[in-house]
Amino acid sequence: MVEQTGTDLAGLRRSPLAHLAETLEQVSAGSDSVTVREIPFLNMVGIRVDPDSAVASTLAGITGVGWPSAHGEVTGAVGDSAVLWLSPDEFLLVTEDAVELPPGLDGSPDGALPTISTHPLTVRLVAAMADSGQPGQVVDLSANRTTLEISGPHARDVLEKGCPMDLHPRAFPVNTAVSTTLGPVQVMLWRTHEDTWRLMPRSSFAHFVAQWLLDAMTEFTATPVS
Amino acid sequence: MLLIECPYCGPRDETEYHYGGEAHVPYPEDPAALTDRQWGEYLFYRRNTKGLLAERWVHTAGCRKWFNVVRDTATYKVQSVYRLTDPRPSTGGAL
Repeated sequence: MVEQTGTDLAGLRRSPLAHLAETLEQVSAGSDSVTVREIPFLNMVGIRVDPDSAVASTLAGITGVGWPSAHGEVTGAVGDSAVLWLSPDEFLLVTEDAVELPPGLDGSPDGALPTISTHPLTVRLVAAMADSGQPGQVVDLSANRTTLEISGPHARDVLEKGCPMDLHPRAFPVNTAVSTTLGPVQVMLWRTHEDTWRLMPRSSFAHFVAQWLLDAMTEFTATPVS
Repeated sequence: MLLIECPYCGPRDETEYHYGGEAHVPYPEDPAALTDRQWGEYLFYRRNTKGLLAERWVHTAGCRKWFNVVRDTATYKVQSVYRLTDPRPSTGGAL
């Protein structure tokens, strides 16, 4: 058995786009019309409940955010806790990154299994779901998707090259989030501010989506030939 | 490109969906009692209608829910869309 020598598990994590961070930064630095960056390690929790059930109100009490009631709706706030509508009985809670070591890895010897799925909020939600005995599920999905943030006056022009949704503000106002496609890849698309969008592709598609964005951004970021 | 209206998400491009074949094909009450021919017919034989057909679709890139679509297989016109819990719409006996 390998001896546990360190407890800083958070320091061992590597985000899906860590290898492209420098490229994204370089491209963004040269442009004032569109920039892109990865927001790694956001905490995401997949929640499946009937939003009218008793356990749903218990969970909403823990998150402090109500349930979105229709397609595209987001409750809560960007940068704090936000709940995205995925389907009538499926929601995605997105919060900032936080890691709390479980008992057993913080030096106390009570033998809990090692895990880094330990956002304190997730732990409380899982416990509440289990205690309720009602149908539903709460699953830590933080490693399922990573987040790309594209912003700037031309961000919408870039996205419109590959997204079939109508992204005009009259059809897609700020704080709308939908599950759609960008090119061939399924992504969650979330308009967080007027000119700022979050793209959440699955981790294994993140490299492709980042390269796709860099390519689509070329006309706005390239240095003009004099 | 078909524009199909998901009953949960609204109109989306065909590329966001997957097709699930003819709808309302009843599962045999006692599959073990079927002969190979009957089982094969249940699995693979469809009416191949020309005209209005009720079919299943799933919104793969969106809400991942299954629903039914009444579509004209000759003109590709989508006549109606309904949830699995909704009653089958009347189409004048064309189905």
